[in-house]
Amino acid sequence: MTRFIVRRLVGMITVLFAVSAIVFVVFMVLPKQNPAQTLAGKNATPVLVKNIEEEWGFDESLPQQYLTMMKKVFTGELIQYSPRLPVLDLIVEKIPATFSLTIGAALIWLFFGLLLGYLSAIRAGGWLDRILTGVSIAGISIPVFLLAPVLIYVFANKLEVLPNGQYVPFEEDPVEWLKHLILPWITLAVLSIGFYSRVLRSNMLDVMNEDYVRTARAKGLNERQVMTRHVLRNSLIPVITLFGLDFGATIAGTAIITEAIFDIDGVGNYAANAVAKFELPPIMGVALYGAFFVVLLNTIVDVVYAYLDPRVRLGESAS
Amino acid sequence: MSAPLLSVKDLRVGFATEDGVVQAVDGVSFDLRPGEVVAIVGESGSGKSVTAQTLIGLTRANNARIEGSVKLGGEELTSAGDAEMRQLRGERVAMIFQDPMTSFNPVYRLGDQIVEAIRAHRPDTSKKRGRERVVELFEAVGIPDAERRVDDYPHEFSGGMRQRAMIAMALALEPEVLIADEPTTALDVTIQAQILGLIEELNREHNLATILITHDLGVVAEVADRVLVMYAGKVVEEGTLDEIFYDPQHPYTWGLLGSLTRLDRPRPHRLPQIAGSPPSLLDLPEGCPFRPRCPHEFSKCPEYPGLEARLPESSGHRDRCWLTPEEKRERRMVEGQIGLEAPREVGQA
Repeated sequence: MTRFIVRRLVGMITVLFAVSAIVFVVFMVLPKQNPAQTLAGKNATPVLVKNIEEEWGFDESLPQQYLTMMKKVFTGELIQYSPRLPVLDLIVEKIPATFSLTIGAALIWLFFGLLLGYLSAIRAGGWLDRILTGVSIAGISIPVFLLAPVLIYVFANKLEVLPNGQYVPFEEDPVEWLKHLILPWITLAVLSIGFYSRVLRSNMLDVMNEDYVRTARAKGLNERQVMTRHVLRNSLIPVITLFGLDFGATIAGTAIITEAIFDIDGVGNYAANAVAKFELPPIMGVALYGAFFVVLLNTIVDVVYAYLDPRVRLGESAS
Repeated sequence: MSAPLLSVKDLRVGFATEDGVVQAVDGVSFDLRPGEVVAIVGESGSGKSVTAQTLIGLTRANNARIEGSVKLGGEELTSAGDAEMRQLRGERVAMIFQDPMTSFNPVYRLGDQIVEAIRAHRPDTSKKRGRERVVELFEAVGIPDAERRVDDYPHEFSGGMRQRAMIAMALALEPEVLIADEPTTALDVTIQAQILGLIEELNREHNLATILITHDLGVVAEVADRVLVMYAGKVVEEGTLDEIFYDPQHPYTWGLLGSLTRLDRPRPHRLPQIAGSPPSLLDLPEGCPFRPRCPHEFSKCPEYPGLEARLPESSGHRDRCWLTPEEKRERRMVEGQIGLEAPREVGQA
């Protein structure tokens, strides 16, 4: 198992290197414009552009330029130029808001998605299944930009039970933190709840036809044991993969719309503003940040996967 | 003769489908005594597996209609509650399945899966005691290095070893009845013989009443005491092993026997087979369902005969064919051995 994890970590580093190289090529090499001009922003003075050119060493060879860029990324010297602030610090500062939003939403969607999917599967064809199917399809079909305003209108404006946005740090006021996040969580989770319940339901219906489920019944397990230990357990394996990818993607970008609508000062909002103002350093920083989490979660999924399905570990002895 | 342990009377199993009711099992009756091996033989779709699974309630479903009677030690099972059935599975009636590759859950250790079966019925068995029991069982079914292998996952076992583990699981609670549903079909021929030998040995040692489901008469010849031949949901012939092999009465049985390849006979040009394919259970021909494939069909066949003893010397040897015993003895001989000649139309094609 240790060797398996080490192999996955090495793979992870390789992918991250590739991603950083692509970021470098896309932002520094491909554009015809002087990259220093791009980095400096729309209203930069010629002096600033000149300084950036020297700082980033744009007269040197491409590998050297890449190393300079990576050094800046790792030492926190990657800075945005208007106003002049270090990108890494800004991202780190905004991570609690983004993580509060995404982790909370992920727990909600995982819990309700699996619960609804499980209930739907064990009652397949019955009235409960039909109702839950309708609910899931509705959840999948409602776009975030429609759902969020409706939630705000109902719960914040009409009923006035929840605030309509913004983020309150947990350490400042846990109750307000929770109240401010409920609507964003729901907004972000609804689509995935619908999606996950459908996926789990169909996985479970497939697994129910497996021979080993019949074996489980033949040895005298009760229905609940058959469903949880054998059907659910085996149906979760593909769902875990999906969850890792989705959660990574949510941190890396999907949360942007929700953060923007609810005015949550997170990484997504930061990226959205940077794009609007065409500020290159934050975009580069967020791109690398996003890639890091997507790759990290993929690695975690691989390890969890090997834990859940012993057949995956086969590769360990084969190599 | 001792009283039957398991007594099946006129068992009928039908499934409602979109195209109509499929009568998968249609009036099957047999008795099973301790230590006896009853083989149920037939092609795919003959209803043999459905019969076996119905005995322990595995075919219960909203769209299934189960009629008739299954009595285990005098207790009626068709009307027993789900909880009662659950208690009896594994504990009194154990089952092993065709494909040992897929019959264990791939994500759990084999030992744990067997301990799970034990603990389903004896919840106070400790995990440690359960594990010890599995080691004993693995040794009993001939799995080498049992102490270490109980912690293996199913994919780490070969097919034959997995079937041994399956048998170990079936024996875990010392059941009275063992149902083996095509236990050797997915195995190599050499492994088949070993597994059959094992089943036979356990059957003798534990006085285990055994139902063996198979399509392979070669398997039957090795272990069975009595044989039921099924076709399209009905028993078309039943008798002792010798009666079925040496004095078969039904043309379908002749066909099955004729399609056995034998080492003690000259090699045929091509492997003999029964022409045609089994009928759809949704669209059975009138009368004898084997009629379209039978070269001996005649005017009485559109009426289906009952399962009756037609030989004066044996009341237990029964079949469903209108031909007289003399006609049967004459017509079943094809090139000096028992077989079914090709139907006229198919022969010319």
